Amino acid sequence: MFRFIVRRLLQLIPTLFGLSILLFIWLHRLPGGPETALLGERGTPESRAQIRESLGLNEPLPIQYGRFVKRLVRLDLGTSISTKRDVTTEFLQRFPGTVELTITAMLIAIGVGIPLGYLAARRRGSFLDQASVGGSLLGTCVPIFFLAYVLKAIFAENLGWFPSIGRQDPSIDATHVTNFFVLDGLMTREWDAAADAIWHLILPGVALASIPLAIIVRITRASVLEVLGEDFVRTAEAKGLTERTVRRRHVLRNAMLPVATSIGLLTGLLLSGAVLTETVFAFSGIGAFIYDAISNLDYPVLMGFIMIIAVIFALVNLLVDVSYSLIDPRVRVR
Amino acid sequence: MTLAPGKKKEKLDRLAELSAVHDDERGVSLWREAMRRLRRNPAAIVGAVILAAFVLVAVIGPFLVPYEPTDTIGVREKVVSSGHGIIPGPSADHWLGYDHQGRDEFSRMVVGARQTLIVGIVSTLIGLTIGVLIGGVAGAAAGLGGRWGRLVDNVLMRIVDMMLSLPSLLLAVSVAALLGPSLVTVMIAVGMVSVPVFARLLRGAMIAQANRDYVLAASSLGVRKSKIAISHIVPNSLAPVIVQATLTLATAIIEVAALSFLGLGNPDSAVPEWGLMLADAQKYLDVRPGLAIYPAVGIIITALGFTLLGEAMREALDPKLRR
Repeated sequence: MFRFIVRRLLQLIPTLFGLSILLFIWLHRLPGGPETALLGERGTPESRAQIRESLGLNEPLPIQYGRFVKRLVRLDLGTSISTKRDVTTEFLQRFPGTVELTITAMLIAIGVGIPLGYLAARRRGSFLDQASVGGSLLGTCVPIFFLAYVLKAIFAENLGWFPSIGRQDPSIDATHVTNFFVLDGLMTREWDAAADAIWHLILPGVALASIPLAIIVRITRASVLEVLGEDFVRTAEAKGLTERTVRRRHVLRNAMLPVATSIGLLTGLLLSGAVLTETVFAFSGIGAFIYDAISNLDYPVLMGFIMIIAVIFALVNLLVDVSYSLIDPRVRVR
Repeated sequence: MTLAPGKKKEKLDRLAELSAVHDDERGVSLWREAMRRLRRNPAAIVGAVILAAFVLVAVIGPFLVPYEPTDTIGVREKVVSSGHGIIPGPSADHWLGYDHQGRDEFSRMVVGARQTLIVGIVSTLIGLTIGVLIGGVAGAAAGLGGRWGRLVDNVLMRIVDMMLSLPSLLLAVSVAALLGPSLVTVMIAVGMVSVPVFARLLRGAMIAQANRDYVLAASSLGVRKSKIAISHIVPNSLAPVIVQATLTLATAIIEVAALSFLGLGNPDSAVPEWGLMLADAQKYLDVRPGLAIYPAVGIIITALGFTLLGEAMREALDPKLRR
């Protein structure tokens, strides 16, 4: 197991090296360039030169790249052009919001998706089955930001059931320790603050959960159907085990393996979706900040955030592989 | 007993051809069997009907629209003023009303169908071409083995891994940010997202095919390895790639909309495209939500058509489900 983890971590190095070069070249070739983004049309040649100097843009590219990697190792990703603050600080401040949002979405997707997929498979051909298959097909076809706008218009603006923007009502004087607002509320025993933060998570969470939910329903259903047809299920039934035991010990346990893999793969989908959902709900996480960085041509932010996300994404995938080998003993043999 | 070299080659080719899996009168080919099952699947029929209607609108619709999609007719007639939030809705003359620049929304939806189809197809083709090239070379190299084969396979797959190391939308954002906003950029950015998917699929399928009996038969008959790869393994590995391409058409259309939403779409909104229309409409949601709903419904239905057909094809081509 240890060797497996080390090998996977080593495989990460060439990927990250290549990615850093690509990102470096890509983001430096931004149309307009950072000095235009900073000064707009009014910039004088002198002020442009000054900014190029201060950002180190006048050095040859290999030297800039060398500096970039050196800074990368020290986790110094430069300063945001628009907020003038450290990129790493910006990331750390906003990341908890995105984590809370993706966890909410994942809980919704798993909590609804697995039971729904399981029931659909057990009652194959029923109305529930057809509705969940149809719904999951439709779910993958709705542009997520459109769904977010629709949810916001109906449940926040018209019915007023949920707040329409932000992570927490600013009128609540909440103490923030970790920037995980829900966790902060629980830790400091400010129950109203925690409840309000959860309340703010629901609509964006539902919007973000739509595609993972659709995928989990489909995979669970297909996987349960496959396992139900297996010989070992028939054997278990034949030797007189109760239906409950067969369902729990034999069907569900085996059917969950493909679902577990897919849940890991959904992380990327969630991070992509977070950019869109957070923007619609003005939810201050990394996604909304990436949107701002795009409109401001804030290249240190774009570059730094994308790099950190790639590392996190890779680590999550590693974690999934490891946990997968814990669930399924057959994987460990290889 | 020795044969003349030319004759020997001819004989070998013929034998190899006989040994390969291909259509003949007695057996039912994979594709013919798949077609038969597609026709019996209601989901496939619904998908095909949706797509036929979409393609029909895209091809002939632009010749039949009542107004030029670029004509800011509402501004000229002084009935539209986006600055003051005045955008009239549907009327007898303008079935879906005006858009925010006073253009006829119905005409833009119809002409937009063509543009949406073109953008979807071109970006999928970009991803398909590059992905199949990378996957095909890697799959062939892995099959050939040897030091060089493994090296080529390894290098290509590390490049693919690199592309997979970013969430899809962020990869598209990176590409779009590099190339600057334009229609071509959007198509390349959306295409790049599907490159690793196609490459991995084809390589995986080729490696699986390389162990099949007909490959062993062909190689024991002395057919060159490169010929086996190109004329036997690749055609037999294409089924999952074609299914994926159909499904990718759906995601491509949605991803174009997402890029436009992030401000990385085509900066020229004169030529209508549903994703761009949907992204533009978000500023006028309070005034005229219809401007967002029409293109959104168009995108959802079209994506559903491609998804239904793609999923049905996947089922039809799945050997496990063949009877």
